Amino acid sequence: MTPSPPATGAGADAPRPGGTGPVLHVEDLSVRFRMPAGRYVEAVTGATFTLAPGESLALVGESGCGKSVLASALLGLLPGNAETAGSARLADGLDLLAADERTLARTVRGRRVGLVPQSPAAHLTPVRTVRAQLEETVRELAGPGYAGHATEAPEAPEAGTGPAAGGRGTSSGASDRPARRGRRHRLAALRAAARAAAGRAAFPASHLDRHPHELSGGLAQRAATALALVGDAPLLLADEPTTGLDRDLVERTVDELRAHTRADGRALLMITHDLAAAERIADTVAVMYAGRIVEIAPAGAFFGSPGPRHPYARGLLDALPERAFTPVPGAPPELGALPPGCAFAARCAAADPLCRTRLPALTEGVACHHA
Amino acid sequence: MLELDDITAGYDRRAPAVRGAHLSLYPGESLGLLGPSGCGKSTLARVAALLHRPDRGTVTLDGRTVTGFFHRAPRSLRTAVGVVFQQPRLAADPRLRLRDLVAEPLRATGRRTEAGPRVAELAERVGLGADLLSRRPHEVSDGQLQRACLARALVLRPRWLVCDEMTAMLDASTTAALVAVVEDYRAETGAGLLAVGHDPVLLDRWCGRTVHWNEIVKH
Ligand code: SF4
Repeated sequence: MTPSPPATGAGADAPRPGGTGPVLHVEDLSVRFRMPAGRYVEAVTGATFTLAPGESLALVGESGCGKSVLASALLGLLPGNAETAGSARLADGLDLLAADERTLARTVRGRRVGLVPQSPAAHLTPVRTVRAQLEETVRELAGPGYAGHATEAPEAPEAGTGPAAGGRGTSSGASDRPARRGRRHRLAALRAAARAAAGRAAFPASHLDRHPHELSGGLAQRAATALALVGDAPLLLADEPTTGLDRDLVERTVDELRAHTRADGRALLMITHDLAAAERIADTVAVMYAGRIVEIAPAGAFFGSPGPRHPYARGLLDALPERAFTPVPGAPPELGALPPGCAFAARCAAADPLCRTRLPALTEGVACHHA
Repeated sequence: MLELDDITAGYDRRAPAVRGAHLSLYPGESLGLLGPSGCGKSTLARVAALLHRPDRGTVTLDGRTVTGFFHRAPRSLRTAVGVVFQQPRLAADPRLRLRDLVAEPLRATGRRTEAGPRVAELAERVGLGADLLSRRPHEVSDGQLQRACLARALVLRPRWLVCDEMTAMLDASTTAALVAVVEDYRAETGAGLLAVGHDPVLLDRWCGRTVHWNEIVKH
């Protein structure tokens, strides 16, 4: 039996404004893909971690290690041949792995989990202004009926399930059923909500009527962050938010994400291959290798002293150009053909027969027989 | 020598991405070109790799003035430069197995018979397992695909390499591994390198000399 989620005494749908339990509790999460001929690819195996309010966790690893699959699992965006196990519970008890698509689409994506996109250039529609895109996102999150598209009221049932739904300014007047509220009134609320979201991301109101190509890289990134913040979600998920950005811009981007996380008691899960970005933002670092978290540690201890404990994590840090600039020898195993023991054994200088036969469990933050 | 003299280039003549750029590399030299994203350095890298015709200025490669670019570049010059881009997914034909992707330049230059042993040797050099060679791009990770793209850039034994943000999408270990492949190749062949990027720490560690974008263009 999995340990019960943090909601002690509270029902699964009780509101937890400003609660102190974890924002996200991932327990033994596994994802595998069914392949032709009855084969399986074990993309993620037994991932366990929690995210407290205000905490930033960086999940690092090389491309193909399973970190992006984990993000897709949390958003319910896995392809049809995926099978999941374990749980990923939000503070209000909702299990993201068990939720159906309707729940995910209506109450999770953008509302309880805000997604900071990989590349703002790709995410922002080139032909529409930032204002138009923000307003559209607000409208989508508010549900049909907003701004007079239909007669149905904006979502109300979910409005009480957490700090995410509703959001600041998106459904003011919860007591005043808006079925007959004037279209103009709703438009004004929509505009205000979009402006507020831009303001939260420090996107200047003077640039709201520009198109993405008229923005500097930094402002485009802020616009994308504003989109992620529209729903006021308690959990932000950022999948490689700094790929291809200059260091300056990486620093500004992660500083902003961190500020949004800290100040408002949100939690941030950042998936990245960029160790410099991870070092700058993270309170906690989780290193993924061949689908498993092999080390999870406070960022200060990991990047500073005493440094990483798992041999792969040590190798990864040593590969940085500011350190030894030497690669970890060899290549990771195929996720469809994992060895019986430690998946890193073929590349590890400390490997012995025990490593090759018995899988090391993650104990006290590290999965290694000899750490 | 690879010399770019007073190059103006871009995709819109009224607003060229590059204006009056000068750059020269000595044979065997490694030069890092550092600049912020969107500054035009990728356009200049394409000019240096003879893939983009400049609106103005001259490119001289080993003493010959380049008069044709892209498909119009003479074969003897085109094969002298190998190039690797930032995004392997955009640079690789999704229909080709990695084996054929690496061998493509050999086929294009009528040297298909050399492909077998040459591809095997390069796969080993860049760290691609034999089983990966029969996969297509969507069946491998970004890091694996970039390894194949680097092998492709080396397959004709170029005298010059242009690496445009080659490692921007890669993790630290894959970055260090691919840079080591490039440096081993250069040590062996004496090839010159233009490495374009935005990370000063990486370029300083990698290249003999680093110039900043602002130093090579007109203001
Ligand atoms: S368990 Fe053994 S092989 Fe695996 S990382 Fe630890 S020492 Fe290396």
